[in-house]
Amino acid sequence: MEFQAKAFKYGDDINTDYIISGKHKFKSADMEAMAVHAMEDLDSEYYNKVKPNGGFLVAGKNFGMGSSREQAPLVLIHSNTKAIIAKSFARIFFRNAINTGLPVIECDTDLIDDGDELFVDLESGVVRDLTKDIEIPFPPLPPVMAQLLADGGLVEHFKKHGGFSI
Amino acid sequence: MITITGKTIAEKIFSAHSGTDARAGDIVIADVDFVMGQDGTSPLAIRALENMGVDSVFDPSKVAVVMDHSSPSPIEGVSALHTMMREFGKKTGVTVYDIGEGVCHQIIPERGHVVPGDLMVGCDSHTCTYGAVNVFSTGVGSTDGAAAMAAGKLWFKVPDTMKVTYTGALNPGVFSKDLILYLAGKIGVDGATYMALEFHGPVIDALSVEARMTISNMAIEVGAKSGLMVADEKTIEWFKGRGEKTPDPQSPDADAVYADSIEIDASQIGPQIAKPHAVDNVSPIEEVEGTPIAQGVLGTCTNGRLEDFAIAAQILEGRKVHPDVRFIVAPSSRQVYLDAIEAGYIQTLTRAGAAVVTPGCGPCVGTHNGVPSDGENVISTANRNFKGRMGNSNAFIYLGSPATVAASVIEAKITDPRKYFE
Repeated sequence: MEFQAKAFKYGDDINTDYIISGKHKFKSADMEAMAVHAMEDLDSEYYNKVKPNGGFLVAGKNFGMGSSREQAPLVLIHSNTKAIIAKSFARIFFRNAINTGLPVIECDTDLIDDGDELFVDLESGVVRDLTKDIEIPFPPLPPVMAQLLADGGLVEHFKKHGGFSI
Repeated sequence: MITITGKTIAEKIFSAHSGTDARAGDIVIADVDFVMGQDGTSPLAIRALENMGVDSVFDPSKVAVVMDHSSPSPIEGVSALHTMMREFGKKTGVTVYDIGEGVCHQIIPERGHVVPGDLMVGCDSHTCTYGAVNVFSTGVGSTDGAAAMAAGKLWFKVPDTMKVTYTGALNPGVFSKDLILYLAGKIGVDGATYMALEFHGPVIDALSVEARMTISNMAIEVGAKSGLMVADEKTIEWFKGRGEKTPDPQSPDADAVYADSIEIDASQIGPQIAKPHAVDNVSPIEEVEGTPIAQGVLGTCTNGRLEDFAIAAQILEGRKVHPDVRFIVAPSSRQVYLDAIEAGYIQTLTRAGAAVVTPGCGPCVGTHNGVPSDGENVISTANRNFKGRMGNSNAFIYLGSPATVAASVIEAKITDPRKYFE
């Protein structure tokens, strides 16, 4: 999978309440409608910035900490976020992202600035910052997660194999 | 030479549930003893099951869905999701805990759905609470939950374990909440990411099962997968009369290998406060004493149990909540509510000025039951103080023990509770 889009950069310890607030997530199971609230407590313009042309959400350490809400990766997908690029991820979010088909990339993000144009090829294991003309390598996913992501998420994996086949 | 070392609690539970010699770092497919979802997560799990083409669960007696986060429904969207959960219950035969039953994390152990030695997953991050009763329980997303409901198993990475030992003894007016807030302040919100915690030491041994649950409940707040404790006589006693299942307690071997070990002298710890907007932004209470508060909250899966009500009632007996403060109280289950009425705690708190709401999550998640106003400070017994957590991103949430909250609502400012325990 290859993507090119702008970087939208935020800090460390972004929790899933910030990605989608509890006051919205309990109201509906319509992720398209809920996506307008993605990241709104940190950046009320996130949806408007990312939706038209897509984007990468770039962050520091421990992205997705806190609540297990799967609405978090889902609203990011529906806001046209192509992948999350962060120094590290919280455990439940990391699983949820793979299960729902949102690519997560763990690498050093210090050199990436807000607004940089990025190109990512998931297979090659490199983030190219076209604005700065640099390449940042990232490690491959654990094999079990790579397989789930390749199948299109856990639901598709189950449909394809009739259960776990890992 | 091959050296075979001992196992942690996590490695033992995963070995028993996967039929392998499970060691930290291994990927295993393990049988789960129970699967749970709440009203914020079950609807997506139900939809995932539909999308998988699955119309039954592996064992209806081992699955429950709980309406606790927005309960009773405050808005039509939630009502529709609650209806979806009730219909799922009728279709599959899983247990449905409807409004008024309480917080999932109180109900699941209280009803004996899990016992020591079990492995369970819940679609809620605070599922780690039952580590206090020797259950490897961990939070997962809705799709993982759906897969576990369908197959009765799930894939796991067996975690490394960090051993936390509390030495010494608790001082009067200091509680298990202060112990876990202190740890969060010390190791940070990602201090144990991808790890299990094991809590040990004389301080843990001396705590009640309820007080231990407060500690395990917040394991996720330092990124941990689980917050495990050994099952002792108190644990086994606590499970008597709570169902048919036979406990199979798992203790760590003396030569178990830990990724990290921390020792904390509880004698040196006073009441702790987590300040806005991070759970690891922790100070001794002396540093924030006098901060004005507009609302106090007693309850949630962290501190909504009978013992928490007893502590608050002891402080508020014959006293009044300050007229400038709203004091919201939410028992963690119907049983806790009944026991608190029986013991007179509800009367004491209500006479003092508390507003008692339906057993459940109360105002913790910002959906109902007391959304703070712009600029207001809240003191709460909950586990999270993220910006906007209680439904208003312009409010400020401080976390403390039930004693700290009770002492603070009397004076409309953050107050050291130790004066009530002299």
